[in-house]
Amino acid sequence: MAQVTVAASRPKPHRFRRARSRVPIWHVAWLALAALVFLVPVYSVVQFSLSGIVPGQNPFHWYLTVFDDSGFKSAFWLSVQISLETVAASLILMVPTVFWVHLRLPGLRPVMDLISVLPFVIPPIVLIVGLAPFLKTFSSWLFVRPEVLSLIYVVFALPFMYRALDAGLRAIDLRTLVEAAESLGASLPRTLMRVILPNLRAAIIGGSLLTVAIAMGEFTIASIMGFTTFSVYTYNIGTSTAYEGVALTFISLLLVWGAMLGLYLLGRGGRSAAGVAITN
Amino acid sequence: MALAEAGLQADVLVAAAPRKRSRTRRWAFLGVLPFFAYISIFLLIPTGELIVGAFRTANGAFTLSNVKDIFHAPYPAAFEFSLELSALSAFIGGLLGFLVANAILHHGVPRWIRPMYLSFSGMAANFAGVPLAFAYGATLGSLGVVTTLLGHLGLHIYPSFSLQGLFGAALVYAYFQFPLMILLMIPVIEGLRQEWREAASNLGAGSFGFWRHIGLPVVTPSLLGLTVLLFGNAFSAYATAYALGVSNLVTIDIAQLVDGNMTLNPQDAYALAFGMIVIIVITIAIYSFLQRRTSRWLR
Repeated sequence: MAQVTVAASRPKPHRFRRARSRVPIWHVAWLALAALVFLVPVYSVVQFSLSGIVPGQNPFHWYLTVFDDSGFKSAFWLSVQISLETVAASLILMVPTVFWVHLRLPGLRPVMDLISVLPFVIPPIVLIVGLAPFLKTFSSWLFVRPEVLSLIYVVFALPFMYRALDAGLRAIDLRTLVEAAESLGASLPRTLMRVILPNLRAAIIGGSLLTVAIAMGEFTIASIMGFTTFSVYTYNIGTSTAYEGVALTFISLLLVWGAMLGLYLLGRGGRSAAGVAITN
Repeated sequence: MALAEAGLQADVLVAAAPRKRSRTRRWAFLGVLPFFAYISIFLLIPTGELIVGAFRTANGAFTLSNVKDIFHAPYPAAFEFSLELSALSAFIGGLLGFLVANAILHHGVPRWIRPMYLSFSGMAANFAGVPLAFAYGATLGSLGVVTTLLGHLGLHIYPSFSLQGLFGAALVYAYFQFPLMILLMIPVIEGLRQEWREAASNLGAGSFGFWRHIGLPVVTPSLLGLTVLLFGNAFSAYATAYALGVSNLVTIDIAQLVDGNMTLNPQDAYALAFGMIVIIVITIAIYSFLQRRTSRWLR
């Protein structure tokens, strides 16, 4: 629902207080409760996915079974493909647009801000109601191809991609860079590729990571349109063999952790960023 | 420095050629045309179609009967359960998130707590949908790890508890709600100025006195606003509830109507989706109203 950027360690003016202040017991209690809520389901997932095994069998039986399944391989590969296509389509659409708005049409920025929050107002389950019949008449060829998911996910990634790029472009002196490049004889596309893109690297990687997280986890549209992506496969297998479903749940957890670790490492240089891209 | 000067010179050069500049500006909108075309096809036109569709018969004539259908069984019960579930999960998530955010920011808490809880919050807030539902099945399902553990201790939570019930589902939703609240609340609490704390402390107020007379009054609009945001977040959730097996939810009713090429009853699906948009727009209006009240005090 929201992307959150938490400005990290601002200077602490009263460090001398730190030594003598004691943490009240209820603060400790809330922190402990939060840790419990965070960790108990994770522990249960690990425990559950390693149980229900005949003695003498490999403890990772359910993981091995599910990895061996050709259905898993094709579903996972499909999701990876869709994620990469979503990132590519999103970057191709958004980078030039946001760059152009910042450079030549700054008056359009409020409109862009508004459009970028629209996907929150119109969640996937609502959008698909209008989108499915429209796409079917618009292009029945596209409607049955998995690429259509990438094109739709670009919309869900829009808030995160737009905010990442907007913040990135705001942080650099765009006008000066462009004019300097122009005065050295560079064309505008060349300036974008050689001068602006390198300066937006952190924003692009951050936005792309969140986009991958969305595309890998999206269930609503994929299941309604009848594509067996990773999350749809997880659901299907989980309803027949709970252990395998939970094993795949642990894989999903690792994927989310990977994306968040990437964001964390990215933000460590300057400010720490905690992105939220919900796929519920 | 040198770059800035170059920019200045370039500005002067451009200013010397006003004709060229105005011409580029006139055509500048062409650069955003692809974006607007894309957004129109995949977001704006479909949304417009569904809103118009909510007021149309299958033949295209204007009607209010689709919208009236929302108020007939089984939909009112679905809306009611959706609203209850969203409200309860927003309340649990909002309260716990606020208390934890406040604890994280206490100056006596060790340094490593903050990045660790923030990273965990980032992860948990993103951990939703099918995997979240399955994780809770493994935890508190009838064969779940915690259920079994409690059973060994003589505490049998089934059959009075169920993950498909209001409380069970709200507990599952809380897993992504309270970390989101932590992430959104931390900047708000940080906005409470250190000088206010010192002033209160000079006047003899303890921690409770500060929160009662200064902290809470300043933070309350934000606290309410963000809780409303969590409400909207839960209200639009579908995958988590579907994988949990919750049956009487608006989002799930919509999915049933659209599933299989929209042949069943698209008019009802349009009307239900329209009803959801109305509720989400109301929550966002309340949120932004409350947000504006807070920004008066917080930097």
